[in-house]
Amino acid sequence: MSELTTKTIADLREGLAAGSFSAREVATAYNSAVEAGRPLNAYTVETPEIALAAADAADQARASSDRIGALAGIPLGIKDLFATEGVETTAGSTILKGFKPQYESTVSGKLKAAGAGMLGKLNMDEFAMGSSNETSAFGPVISPWRRNDGGNVALTSGGSSGGSATAVSAGLAAGVTGTDTGGSIRQPAAFTGICGIKPTYGRCSRWGVVAFASSLDQAGPMAKTVRDCAIMLEVMSGFDKKDSTSLDVPVPQWEAGLSSNLKGKRVGIPREYRIDGVPAEIDALWDKGVEWLRDAGAEPVEISLPHTAHALPTYYIIAPAEASSDLARYDGVRYGLREEGVKTLDDMYAATRAAGFGAEVKRRIMIGTYVLSAGFYDAYFTKAQKVRTLIKRDFTDAFEKCDFILTPTAPSAAFGLAEKMSDPLAMYLNDVFAVPASLAGLPAMSVPGGLDAQGLPLGLHLIGRELDEQGVLNAALAIEERAGFTHKAEKWW
Amino acid sequence: MTDYRIHGDTGEWEVVIGLEVHAQIVSNAKLFSGAATAFGAEPNTQVSLVDAAMPGMLPVPNAECIRQAVRTGMAVGAQINKWSRFDRKNYFYADLPQGYQISQLYHPIVGEGAIDVLVDEKDEGSVKRIGIERIHVEQDAGKLMHDQHPTMSYVDLNRSGVALMEIVSRPDMRSPAETGAYLRKLRAILRYVGSCDGNMEEGSMRADVNVSVRKPGGELGTRTETKNVNSVRFVMAVVEHEARRQVEMIESGGKVAQETRLFDPDKGVTRTLRSKEDAHDYRYFPDPDLLPVELDDAFLESCRASLPELPDAKRTRFESLGIGGYNASVLTAEVETARWFDQLLDAGARPPQAANWVASELFGALNRMGRSVEDSPVSPQSAAELLGLVADGTLSGSLAKQVFEIMLENGQSASAVVEERGLKQTSDTGAIDTIIDDILSANADKVSQYKAGKEALFGFFVGQTMKAMAGKANPGVVNERLKAKLN
Amino acid sequence: MSVNTEQVRHIAKLARIAMSDAQIEALVPELNNILGWIEQLSQVDTEGVEPLTAVIEQKLRLRDDVIDDGNVRDKVLANAPNAQHGFFAVPKVIE
Ligand SMILES: [Mg+2]
Ligand SMILES: [Zn+2]
Repeated sequence: MSELTTKTIADLREGLAAGSFSAREVATAYNSAVEAGRPLNAYTVETPEIALAAADAADQARASSDRIGALAGIPLGIKDLFATEGVETTAGSTILKGFKPQYESTVSGKLKAAGAGMLGKLNMDEFAMGSSNETSAFGPVISPWRRNDGGNVALTSGGSSGGSATAVSAGLAAGVTGTDTGGSIRQPAAFTGICGIKPTYGRCSRWGVVAFASSLDQAGPMAKTVRDCAIMLEVMSGFDKKDSTSLDVPVPQWEAGLSSNLKGKRVGIPREYRIDGVPAEIDALWDKGVEWLRDAGAEPVEISLPHTAHALPTYYIIAPAEASSDLARYDGVRYGLREEGVKTLDDMYAATRAAGFGAEVKRRIMIGTYVLSAGFYDAYFTKAQKVRTLIKRDFTDAFEKCDFILTPTAPSAAFGLAEKMSDPLAMYLNDVFAVPASLAGLPAMSVPGGLDAQGLPLGLHLIGRELDEQGVLNAALAIEERAGFTHKAEKWW
Repeated sequence: MTDYRIHGDTGEWEVVIGLEVHAQIVSNAKLFSGAATAFGAEPNTQVSLVDAAMPGMLPVPNAECIRQAVRTGMAVGAQINKWSRFDRKNYFYADLPQGYQISQLYHPIVGEGAIDVLVDEKDEGSVKRIGIERIHVEQDAGKLMHDQHPTMSYVDLNRSGVALMEIVSRPDMRSPAETGAYLRKLRAILRYVGSCDGNMEEGSMRADVNVSVRKPGGELGTRTETKNVNSVRFVMAVVEHEARRQVEMIESGGKVAQETRLFDPDKGVTRTLRSKEDAHDYRYFPDPDLLPVELDDAFLESCRASLPELPDAKRTRFESLGIGGYNASVLTAEVETARWFDQLLDAGARPPQAANWVASELFGALNRMGRSVEDSPVSPQSAAELLGLVADGTLSGSLAKQVFEIMLENGQSASAVVEERGLKQTSDTGAIDTIIDDILSANADKVSQYKAGKEALFGFFVGQTMKAMAGKANPGVVNERLKAKLN
Repeated sequence: MSVNTEQVRHIAKLARIAMSDAQIEALVPELNNILGWIEQLSQVDTEGVEPLTAVIEQKLRLRDDVIDDGNVRDKVLANAPNAQHGFFAVPKVIE
């Protein structure tokens, strides 16, 4: 592993500015790492030439002008949910195999405009539906982490941004984009010992991001450190008139605003997040997190989020309902897979969608279709939207008493591939701590806290007020500084 | 107003009709994208990536489409909902790229209103109020071509995403005539407002016709919906055909099936498109890509202020100017006619005379030439001048006709025609007297018959005088002088 | 609430996903397992609670009525499995 691929984005930026190395050297190092990392199955498409071209442009810009993009010469991986012009974009699905968008998503476009290079497209659960990356049509991503039992059981890097998580933790990208509908940035970040933030719903444009569940989908960065996340998020965020749900508010200078001094802040500890069956190690880490924040000056307060227990079933009505409609456009007519050899249009639709969608996507489309269908709409969908109002209200009430909330990110460390695939409900439970903030559209972040007894990373989860990404980043920074999480996965691939 | 009834074997049947009219909103760009809406472009050229439902594409609503829907609602006296939102109507079809249509089910932008229609233009007492249940805004679908390839249909998305208003009436109509009158009146209002061009041939207005039959005053029967009928005449034919078909069906012991039907204009019949059993389950739910549409008072006020004088108000105003009810309704039926006539009045024409002249002379001429009032060769200003020459006695009625014919042909002004051709009417009593004297002496026998009491001969003397003066004599003066000389 | 074979078949038809009888049979218990679990929401008291309409409070913005898109037929058709003469081609639809 080259020295360069262990550096943070902030360090690379500094080294590039100082002339310690060139962007081309950085891109070359990452291109080799990507190639060497193929056994991890993190990338669905590799684009070394695009990374090099961006690096050369960054080197030239540095040599000839003082207007340098915020991410000039930084090689990134882009989750395959983001449309990238001319580069295959599949959302991890057979139904989009071969699809080359004629457009660039707003978020990936902003990163490129800031000088970042694209190393390739990152593997993910099909249409972002999954928590282990095992629903991908490209096969599961493998975590660089292994249990400390001397065995070599392949572990999941979480999902749906599993390729993203593996890429950062294995040094296959300096930073990556992820998307989070119900925990898909935070859970994989926790599983792989990296940072990831889902900003307030509407901060990052959804234009050009393949939709899973429109009212929940939100893009965000995943990177080695809190600072790197702040750097990337600043570039990724911003009003986009092409997205009706995009927030027309200024983007704060989050990196400049970073401060781990939490004096005067109150950290809320929701009592409903103590859940039966969660390993004691996780509760213990949570307690440690409270102490770290207290040490940084914050005052812990107990809060109540009474509808927490209903968040997961609420999510599993709303997300599939929206998905059943958001995924109706994959019909074999305008792009992607088409099954030939059938006579009627309806048969073509049905055959194409049967062949193009995997089991989990089909399951969710079926659930979503059912809960919206005549006679069930009010009992399921309207009911869920009402409970969603209550969940949002819980947070509003809680933020009367505190400035941010600390919880564990996930109820377990990474698990082995195939361990949970046969039980959808057990898989859904992965997001039990992540989903409430998604339903409320709040900024939330996972930061590494430590290792469990198996030697696997565990994350701590911070939830902030609407638009208070700064508060979330600062609290995460305080934890990062105190946790001293420097563990790296041993390279075995 | 006589009740329309179907005479069946078991007695009389009443017909109950409601219309759902899809009217294309006049806008440059589509409802949720910046692609053009013009008719007749090359296939798939007026399509954005949004209209083609590419992955990750998102809708952003067009302000003008919202504004026009609100103005239309105001024009039919409807309640405007300050809070509305868009829902997704989910179904699969090749002309529907998203797999759903963005429409408004739960919270439409316009609520209840009504239109007063004159069922019989010649009978001012035949006014009937037809309720409007709602108006909502939605996307149009693309177009399928079935006759280009033996085993394939071709999809053109140019129309995909064009803004429509769906105007849903109450089931308040009871005859083909009422249905036709409602549709014509609705079309007129839309065209006055400028929210829809009303061009039914190009599909910018089409109706779903809901028909059921029942014994007069009885329980509502099962209705059928005949989709996408694109002319007033066809809509009336659908009502007539469906009513008869349903009565025959019931009277022969069958049941009317609740179903969607299609009209075949060549055969003049409707046929089943799909039955209730395979009806869609549209799974409507609020579109999560869009926020609620919230309208403030200032916006509503500006919409209201921008409304033109509408047909009913215009008609009342015309009547108050002394124009007869029939003429007033003819003159206000089409916005172009009404505008032309208003310009005629603005140019100084006297209302009742002007109305008669337009209804008979102008319409007659335009009809003959196959032209619409918009491309009338005679402008309102020029026509006002012509009518002025009649009013001040310069032209007689028959001279005016001659002058008008020449104006139509060469586009000259009335005064220029009169000047050039010497068509001015004379009121010169000396000249008239000389002619009268000649005629009376040449017809001494008739003069004595007249004096003996055969008064009908007066007309003969008038006719002879006018003929001798080549129509240029002022008929009033001729009458007066003849009377003086004969009595 | 739970679903039976017939309902699952109907849902698959609505969703346009071809399924064999065996696949449908297999899905029945799977879906019922999930439906049984989300069923717990019926116990939440939502009396007088409005369904959530916007995740983050904000006003809908409207676009000006200008033509600034379209005229990109090549892009529109670029990924089509079957494009002919500027159209998308699909199996013939009988109306
Ligand atoms: Mg209809
Ligand atoms: Zn409609």
